[in-house]
Amino acid sequence: MAAIFQGIGAAAALPSAKKFHSQSRRFVSARKGSLFVVRSDGRPSLVLPRGAAAKADASATSTASKPGHELLLFEALREGLEEEMDRDPLVCVMGEDVGHYGGSYKVTKGLAAKYGDLRVLDTPIAENSFTGMGIGAAMTGLRPIIEGMNMGFLLLAFNQISNNCGMLHYTSGGQFKIPVVIRGPGGVGRQLGAEHSQRLESYFQSIPGIQMVACSTPYNAKGLMKAAIRSENPVILFEHVLLYNLKERIPDDEYVLSLEEAEMVRPGEHVTILTYSRMRYHVMQAAKTLVNKGYDPEVIDIRSLKPFDLYTIGNSVKKTHRVLIVEECMRTGGIGASLTAAITENFIDYLDAPIVCLSSQDVPTPYAGTLEEWTVVQPAQIVTAVEQLCQ
Amino acid sequence: MAAWFTRSGNIAHHVKRNMGSFLRPAPTLSDSSWSRSPACLGNSPALLWAGRLESTRAQKLVDSDSENDAPLRDDDQAIDFPGGRVMLTSEMQFIPGYPQQRVHCYHLMNNDGQTNMCSSFEQVSKEVAVKMYSDMITLQIMDTIFYEAQRQGRISFYLTSVGEEAINIASAAALSPDDIVMAQYREPGVLLWRGFTLQEFANQCFGNKADCGKGRQMPIHYGSKKLNYFTVSSPLATQLPQAVGAAYSLKMDNKDACVVAYFGDGSTSEGDFHASLNFAAVMEAPVIFLCRNNGWAISTPTSEQFRSDGIVVKGPAYGIQSIRVDGNDALAVHNAVRAARQMAIHEQRPILVEALTYRVGHHSTSDDSTKYRPVDEVKHWEMGQNPVNRFRKWVERNGWWSEEDESQLRSSIRKQLLQAIQVAEKMEKPPLADLFSDVYDVPPSILFEQEQQLRETIKRHPQDYPSDVPV
Repeated sequence: MAAIFQGIGAAAALPSAKKFHSQSRRFVSARKGSLFVVRSDGRPSLVLPRGAAAKADASATSTASKPGHELLLFEALREGLEEEMDRDPLVCVMGEDVGHYGGSYKVTKGLAAKYGDLRVLDTPIAENSFTGMGIGAAMTGLRPIIEGMNMGFLLLAFNQISNNCGMLHYTSGGQFKIPVVIRGPGGVGRQLGAEHSQRLESYFQSIPGIQMVACSTPYNAKGLMKAAIRSENPVILFEHVLLYNLKERIPDDEYVLSLEEAEMVRPGEHVTILTYSRMRYHVMQAAKTLVNKGYDPEVIDIRSLKPFDLYTIGNSVKKTHRVLIVEECMRTGGIGASLTAAITENFIDYLDAPIVCLSSQDVPTPYAGTLEEWTVVQPAQIVTAVEQLCQ
Repeated sequence: MAAWFTRSGNIAHHVKRNMGSFLRPAPTLSDSSWSRSPACLGNSPALLWAGRLESTRAQKLVDSDSENDAPLRDDDQAIDFPGGRVMLTSEMQFIPGYPQQRVHCYHLMNNDGQTNMCSSFEQVSKEVAVKMYSDMITLQIMDTIFYEAQRQGRISFYLTSVGEEAINIASAAALSPDDIVMAQYREPGVLLWRGFTLQEFANQCFGNKADCGKGRQMPIHYGSKKLNYFTVSSPLATQLPQAVGAAYSLKMDNKDACVVAYFGDGSTSEGDFHASLNFAAVMEAPVIFLCRNNGWAISTPTSEQFRSDGIVVKGPAYGIQSIRVDGNDALAVHNAVRAARQMAIHEQRPILVEALTYRVGHHSTSDDSTKYRPVDEVKHWEMGQNPVNRFRKWVERNGWWSEEDESQLRSSIRKQLLQAIQVAEKMEKPPLADLFSDVYDVPPSILFEQEQQLRETIKRHPQDYPSDVPV
């Protein structure tokens, strides 16, 4: 057990994303060519087939002159942002220290020098107000990306996000649209204290009119950023403080992911493990142990927090009949609670056991390192839960 | 300080341009009228709004040309703190929180519709004056009839603008149709001026299917994209930062237009008010913040809302040029807003206009103001300081209006309104499908499912579903 705990720190900080990539490549059929893919529920989505992306690093062993390029997650976010700003002059960024400072997590580094102070706007410290500002600009035709220095600070912007961002398209009878992207890092970091360890997806999930996505790899970070910017709806993009330095090789070709699709990380037969953001890595850590013990877990990174991709999730449930949800939200009222309800409502006939949801406890995140670690679901707990579920 | 100078050339250019006009009276009005009404606070030493740019200039001089500086005397000691140079003083003096003399109020026309012979202001043409007056009457009658309709139970809610007709119409008349209006809720007159028809007002209040808001908002929460009047949102002051964002958008596009954000005295307590003024100043956004200081926020008088000299003094606190104007004087409001608009657009800066007035009506149909204020106070303002009567006298003095015009207009508007209400009342309500559309651009499957579930329920229990609402 001790060995696993020791590994947690390193694994959580910089897991080898390449490994997960190659595993998914084996099982997903490569759909060639077209940029537009029609999903089986009839809705079109702009996505580059995963096969094509995997093709980019097909020769997994050789390192010389591989197609695609390596970068860190925060750089992937920036690349996506820059490509969209190049493509559409209406796209702009606003937030605290996003300009010359380049953003607290360097996501907007270099952009102010390239696009000017007006398009990459430094705002005074008033989250409700610069969110409101972004909404007003959006209603007038711009496509702002509003950066919260930390998701927790966006609690101050709740009024604008709930009462206006999500609502004005509806209450104006469709006359005004709000194509904003609200993004920022959240989740439990390394001893950042309770106020900087918030999981806002629980609080925002009820707001009608908004979409929520969570990125977890450089590949999906860039793809989701681009999709969010292109969406006509307000989108909240949840990043995680501890994932910014993840490295991965991503395609050189342009790609945009679907905002409403979940990602199959590891196909399997015995149990469906649903997770998102940082917990994906704890789950994959646990998956290694589980495979050694003879289990075959199917891991899905749900990515789309609102709405849930019940199509992908449903197919998985119908195959495995057992569901484990691993999230960083609090037990009460988190994404896991909603997901449990949604799955139960729709797929009760396919379940062989009650859904198990592993979440953080209903406590403020403590500063002390070991205590903080124990508020977050650890791989050992995931392994135990799967074992119990599969009895 | 270094950061100030490494900003893009654009902003530095603006600073250089603005520094001159900050310290000079506005170029658009004649010097005499500005110097007579120190409402722009240009000369008050207690308020250091000009201090920031003054010290910026001083800083530049020090940077560029230190040898030629006159040697500082002992009393002239100064320190270059972040933010600029400040002169030191050994005399401890606290700036008063409330001025000895309150900021003067810009006023052109007395209660008899007479203007001061010496004051100079841009004349209003007959056409504009007559339209202004007619719209003020229309607003009055609209308020009366819709209020009655609510009392009769025909609409659920209404809120009047009685006493604030001049602010509504005169400010709207000073704007161009390209200017974006972000209102609080007591500004339907602005929409009326721009061409929203009586039928459209009625449709929104009755929430029928012809409402361009598709029946989704409460009465009074009008919105019209084509008339550049952004849909009203109930929470106070949320439109203020949005106005800054809209102005930022106009600035990016270099449009010859500004944003006008309306709000009441109560809204100035909200955090959004302060942050918006601050943002607008820092971003040099072309937005006019127009405060209708009508003395009451439901039952809270301004004495319990803030302790400053009204709202006008808050502008300089954020570096914004501000003016106090008599809100019941249509000519003064018109002139002030026109000047403000010029400044906002040509100098790319925000302006604060505080229009003093009185809320003659109740806060809304859910309020009975006799519970917290004396009836004779209300009567004093309703009879004695009525903005509509005052303007009529001025228009009549110019020979542009008569008793006959008055009675003709009143009966015509009344008839049109009653007709509009009848039509609106009879019209179908929005269909069930409108419950689920426009939440997103394309309804997601979960909403589609919810709609199906609702439709099934209605099919199973048709007797519980209103027969006059289409599915």
